[in-house]
Amino acid sequence: MSTAAKPIATLRSVTGVPTGRLAMWWLLASEIVIFGGLLMTYVMHRIGHPEWATEAAHTNTVAGAVNTVVLLSSSLSAVLAHQAAQTGNGKKAANYLWLTILGACMFLVIKSFEWTHEIKEGFVLTRSTFWSFYYCAAGLHALHVIAGSIAMAIVAIDAAKGKELQRVEYAGIYWHFVDVVWVFLFPLLYIAK
Amino acid sequence: MTAATDTHATGGHDAHGPASDHGGEHIHPPSYYVKIWVVLLGLMVLSLIGSEVPNKLVVLMAAFGIAVVKAYLVCAKFMHLNIEKKFVVYFLATSLAFMALFYFGVAPDVMQHHGHRWKNVSAKAAVTRGLEAAKVDGHGGHEAPAH
Amino acid sequence: MSQTATHHDHGTATQGHDAHGHDSHGHGHHEEPGFIKKYLWSTDHKMIAQQYMWTGVAMALIGGYLAYAFRMQLAFPGKFIPAYGYMSSLQYNTAVTNHGTIMIFWFAMPVLIAAFGNFLIPLMIGCDDMVFPRINRLSYQVFLLSAIILIASFLVPGGGFNGAWTAYPPLSGNSEYNMAHWGSTLWVLAVALEFVAFLLGGINFITTAMNSRAPGMRLWDMPLVVWMIVIASILFMASVGPLIAGAVMLLFDQNFGTFFFAPERGGDPVLWQHLFWFFGHPEVYVVLLPAMGMSGDIIATFSRKKLFAYKTLLYTVFGTGIISFFVWAHHQFIAGIDPRMANIFTVTTLIISVPIAEMCFLFIATLYGGSITLTVPMLWGLAFVGEFLLGGVTGIFLGASGADIFFHDSYFVVAHFHYTFVPIAIIGFFMGFTYWSPKMFGLMLDETLGKIHFWITIVGFNMIFIPLFFTGLWGDHRRIYNYNNFSELARPELQDLRIIATVGLLIMISAQVFFVINLVKSYFVTKKKAGDNPWKANTLEWQCPSPPPHGNFATMPNVYRGPYEYSLPERESDFWPQNEPPAA
Repeated sequence: MSTAAKPIATLRSVTGVPTGRLAMWWLLASEIVIFGGLLMTYVMHRIGHPEWATEAAHTNTVAGAVNTVVLLSSSLSAVLAHQAAQTGNGKKAANYLWLTILGACMFLVIKSFEWTHEIKEGFVLTRSTFWSFYYCAAGLHALHVIAGSIAMAIVAIDAAKGKELQRVEYAGIYWHFVDVVWVFLFPLLYIAK
Repeated sequence: MTAATDTHATGGHDAHGPASDHGGEHIHPPSYYVKIWVVLLGLMVLSLIGSEVPNKLVVLMAAFGIAVVKAYLVCAKFMHLNIEKKFVVYFLATSLAFMALFYFGVAPDVMQHHGHRWKNVSAKAAVTRGLEAAKVDGHGGHEAPAH
Repeated sequence: MSQTATHHDHGTATQGHDAHGHDSHGHGHHEEPGFIKKYLWSTDHKMIAQQYMWTGVAMALIGGYLAYAFRMQLAFPGKFIPAYGYMSSLQYNTAVTNHGTIMIFWFAMPVLIAAFGNFLIPLMIGCDDMVFPRINRLSYQVFLLSAIILIASFLVPGGGFNGAWTAYPPLSGNSEYNMAHWGSTLWVLAVALEFVAFLLGGINFITTAMNSRAPGMRLWDMPLVVWMIVIASILFMASVGPLIAGAVMLLFDQNFGTFFFAPERGGDPVLWQHLFWFFGHPEVYVVLLPAMGMSGDIIATFSRKKLFAYKTLLYTVFGTGIISFFVWAHHQFIAGIDPRMANIFTVTTLIISVPIAEMCFLFIATLYGGSITLTVPMLWGLAFVGEFLLGGVTGIFLGASGADIFFHDSYFVVAHFHYTFVPIAIIGFFMGFTYWSPKMFGLMLDETLGKIHFWITIVGFNMIFIPLFFTGLWGDHRRIYNYNNFSELARPELQDLRIIATVGLLIMISAQVFFVINLVKSYFVTKKKAGDNPWKANTLEWQCPSPPPHGNFATMPNVYRGPYEYSLPERESDFWPQNEPPAA
């Protein structure tokens, strides 16, 4: 199936929201409940287990803060990619997307150094349920970072050729969601000690 | 952020109408996004400063209050939810509301370790065990984590 | 106002594209797609629907076979089971677990939502395909992978998972307890992948129904079954998240030595139950609603009457969907949840029976005064409402927290939920298949064979589960492998009822032979052509050729009215297709 022959269904937009964006919003709705379920269980355990405070004190706030800056900045380049795509500049949009992917890679590199350090210190997955949640939540988020980067790379390759520019926005929306999840993970795992 | 940009955004949206496709509608200059990014970074620094306050309640309020503001800014300005069709906001908000429901349905059993004629013996034991271990740790002079 | 403008715009856009589309179809005729491209790698929604349907039916055969095996063991404990052999207690648990898992996740879900959703949504809203055909194909492939993983889990060392389809920890989380380390891991993995498949499919359904309706079709012009499948997809999407998170946690518990659900290290097994049932109860409505929608459409068509109170019915469904999120803990009344919470969940549970009852009443009101023809699909449609009613009414006892203390984990519960799930899955499948198969394959099924099949299946079904209500009331505990080990339950009067239930199952299974004969006879011997609209129905899928070609409609339809304009006094014919332009 070549992308050229899109079904009529794909081209209709009865709600006024472009189909790809609408689907992205529904995807995010389903992601909200996935992360929501995990974070809500974490929060109730965290409140019910005051002894976790001593464990939580060992998370690396600096690494978390740097990663927050990295993700917020990559969100900025994602929205600038969207802005470039809106003006019809596919080349510029693609470059901004690659910049976003660079941010994602930085995030993952910092994360891996952070985790290596923690594991060396003995704060492993099974040390206590706090650490289980820590690795589980951040790991699930990291998987989304990886998935988002792959999606953005595919979109960027097309966008550089000036094709499927509307997808730049959809990839960006997904990326902002990944950013928002981190915005909540940061206080939950690094600040509330 | 400013009232002026807000009206600009809504005005642009109305002019194009709901039928307008992607692209073409409400194009902000890059400086608009950069401004928001600066605000976001400022908020992040603020939450770091907030975390150094000795009062725990202040730390939590600052951390989560700022997180909500940051999330709002990203959702509204970067994801453009402020100019998206309202029904999208509604169903996203509904899935958030279900998470609140989940919390209030589950917390009485999982967060609480005792209730009306029941108590969670093993959870209480785990708390006691953990607090004891932390005390021993504290006396033993656990090496300070690298910050 | 803007709505009209949009429609107009898209009308022209559509035509432009249509011309283009026809060109490419012309080319398509020259190079007939190869077997793989046509049947295995297709992006056509009708082919994907069939893939889902036949995979689901194949899984149902496995699930039915497991049911046969453990019912034989229960009726004749320790005896040789023909076509199975002797059953060990571990095998019994594996069979029960996988019977439940397969019938809900690999039969009811793929057939009712994915198969009929894929087939019906584009046809019924008048467009040529799903909005994302390739994501649709991916959804089926992930689903197929999950089915293969589940089947593989039976074959690994230690055998399949045996911790019940609800997978309560600590039994499910620790292989020292369930003795099936690989089986339980693969089981969780398969279920998680299956959820991913349905999330992909569900997003496609919702987006298609919202954005790709034919020009002129308002939301309130969509047929009931489309509404129901869309709402079911939304319910699925909004409820499954915590369980996906929970599945990850369970996988970690099983494989990496975490203790999210292990109480001895500070975990909480009740948390899993909450995560599971927060999804599990809306899931009941996820599979119920599509079946309910099908029966509504079928009842209206064969009563030749407007569906009674269409809008009220939809508001009722919205209500049901919302309330279904507030009832989950009624599965956990004896799990140690706080009694004060149990009170709240009792009230919400009893409240949710009101909208469901209302739907049944609206269907009865549709029947009232109609010119009813008892065709095979109509029989299935009516049987669905009647049998589901029994399941719903017995649910009232279980929803009351006081009564549930007695009923819980007895065969009363087993009979109750089979009276809901068998009508949903099995009756629902036959209802949809007999009604829409003329459209799917272009050939009519044999009515007489269909009726024989219907009656024997229904008799067999009731014969299985009515006795189980009684054994349950007498205290017959479920999940017991051999009642001879429990003297108070090994009484002959209870054993007689168990044997009756097993005989009922044998009858129900053998009835399916008539279905197979019917398929073979109708599709390979008589080959009676169905024509475009054999049931004289209004909805758009009947206004295109049977079977619909690639692209469905020769000219994309415009819609002028709702789906249920039957027997209008001012018109000569008793139906009025949605796309027929009003007389000038």
